[in-house]
Amino acid sequence: MNKPNTWAQWPDEKGRFGEFGGRYVAETLMPLVLELEDEYRAAKKDPAFLSQIDDLWRNYVGRPSPLYHAERMSEHFGGPKIYFKRDELNHTGAHKINNCLGQVLLAMRMGKKRIIAETGAGQHGVATATVCARFGLKCVVFMGATDVERQKPNVFRMKMLGAEIVPVSSGTGTLKDAMNEALRDWVTNVHDTFYVIGTAAGPHPYPELVRDFQSVIGQEAKSQMMEREGRLPDAVMACIGGGSNAIGLFHPFIEDEGVRLIGVEASGHGIETGQHAAALNGGKPGILHGNKTYLLQTDDGQIIDAHSISAGLDYPGIGPEHAFLRDTGRAEYLTCTDKEALEGFQLCTRLEGIIPALEPAHAIARLGDVCETMDKDQILIMNLCGRGDKDIFSVAEHLGMEI
Amino acid sequence: MPTSRITARFDKVRAEGRAALVSYIMAGDPDLETSYKALCALRDNGADIIELGAPFTDPMADGPAIQRAGQRSLKAGTKLTDVLALAKRFREDDKDTPLILMGYANPVFHLGYGAFADAAADAGIDGTILVDLPPEEDHELREAYARHEISVIRLATPTTTDKRIAKVAEGASGFLYYVAVAGVTGSGSADPEDIREGVERARRVSGLPVCVGFGVRTGEQAAAMAAIADGVVVGSAFVDHVRTSLEAGTPDEIPSKIGALAAELSGALADTRRN
Repeated sequence: MNKPNTWAQWPDEKGRFGEFGGRYVAETLMPLVLELEDEYRAAKKDPAFLSQIDDLWRNYVGRPSPLYHAERMSEHFGGPKIYFKRDELNHTGAHKINNCLGQVLLAMRMGKKRIIAETGAGQHGVATATVCARFGLKCVVFMGATDVERQKPNVFRMKMLGAEIVPVSSGTGTLKDAMNEALRDWVTNVHDTFYVIGTAAGPHPYPELVRDFQSVIGQEAKSQMMEREGRLPDAVMACIGGGSNAIGLFHPFIEDEGVRLIGVEASGHGIETGQHAAALNGGKPGILHGNKTYLLQTDDGQIIDAHSISAGLDYPGIGPEHAFLRDTGRAEYLTCTDKEALEGFQLCTRLEGIIPALEPAHAIARLGDVCETMDKDQILIMNLCGRGDKDIFSVAEHLGMEI
Repeated sequence: MPTSRITARFDKVRAEGRAALVSYIMAGDPDLETSYKALCALRDNGADIIELGAPFTDPMADGPAIQRAGQRSLKAGTKLTDVLALAKRFREDDKDTPLILMGYANPVFHLGYGAFADAAADAGIDGTILVDLPPEEDHELREAYARHEISVIRLATPTTTDKRIAKVAEGASGFLYYVAVAGVTGSGSADPEDIREGVERARRVSGLPVCVGFGVRTGEQAAAMAAIADGVVVGSAFVDHVRTSLEAGTPDEIPSKIGALAAELSGALADTRRN
């Protein structure tokens, strides 16, 4: 694939990042998707919209999140200076709320009164339910039945926040099935409903607008780094499910070609076992949930269920911009197994006194390998995109410990 | 281009002064042999056009009935190439009944648009409806179809605006499929009067016959819809016969049950002669 004129020019007017992205939705949804695009273009230029979201990020979410020098982690690996972008300190405990706020404000601009969302780990569901409570909007969250079972604390949080939880038992009852059901609901209630997609995927303009709302992570990290070190980092790194926290960190650095962009996919029990969630490393291009991107699929184009210890990474696809960044070579994509992620989880907890979510534990677990490729005087930023409170039960179970 | 099977069929139906019965079954549900017999039963009992469902793991636009039909078919191991082989077998001794393959984009994309177009033409497929391939995204498929007589059947819905219908009509052929209700397949039924205007506009702008589907299950509903449409699509009601026969432990009865429903529906449509 040819190198584009600028990395930041995408998506094009068709919603494409190179050959990926697009708007692969049923005709019933097309008018709404086009309307959303118009509304988003207008909102981006509206100072009132921008100042409202800025105020909420600052005073409701708690932004900017700190950029923390993980001293003991840096010493442990003996390589570059490691910084954590502390998005786990956000209200609701993860980066998800950055995007939810933006989308719910858009929904209100469009006069929609009912919000739907899909959720895997429950972080996006909790964030959406939280913002809906804040603005008095009806909120319906679709969640795979398997995930409802393994993420009980978040299910309870959403209920307390006034959201209706719809357990989805079709398919394997995980994130992709929840997304199918959310799309079915949207098609049925298109007149009054806004679909808040949780990751940088789906039909255009979702990958673009989710990326833009999450880019607050990378913009802050960039200016904090300039302030602290007076220079750009040499590498930025994040875990990838759909890829919203990663693209939010990457995008403000995308034109700075000296900065390595490193994503870490969940390889579950190992790519060779077929039980994983590494769409870029173990999938092929295809069409699902509104976009063309890398997907886990059979030789007949049927979607394969993903597997990851982390419910938030348990998805057979990936945001289309990551597919593009992979094929052009602008970003690197590594993998991490369930077992390695558990080790990363424990390492960070012991060395830094920060209990990470299992999602960023995948990035933490690959820090050692990445550090080996870097010099001592270099700098790496890793996005600590979520905190681990929600995962303590499943981690205890995997470690054979009783709570 | 010589007159396509689809055009010829609408000419015939129009000459008879009635609306066409467009029936849907899922290929390979519960197995390909039963599907073949069901196709024959549909044709023998008055189905004018047959939509053959190709299963997909993630049918976002389908309600529970067709979701489960797809799962049964996938469980039986049905592949896209099997669906084409089933069409080809039917086409061997039926040269007239239009066959429309209906499904989702990914299996077709995965096979390759060019390879699929060649195989579909060879199998005697007359058109396709790929639900998640809107006009904005079907350009490559249409290029592949241009070498054959395969129609891209487009969908119009109650949310399709005046401005948008032109986009939907551009490059469409065969007929337009008007989705009567905003929702998934098998969901609530529409009042024909509520969609009359949308259907007329779709027909006027496209110059194509317009078939109405979603929520039509009985002869009575089909007859009512025939007042405004050139064809009436029935899907979930046929598929439900597969499920109930399987649950009753009588899979052998599937073709006859499907045939009986086709007879009831086509009888109801025959009574709507408008001339």
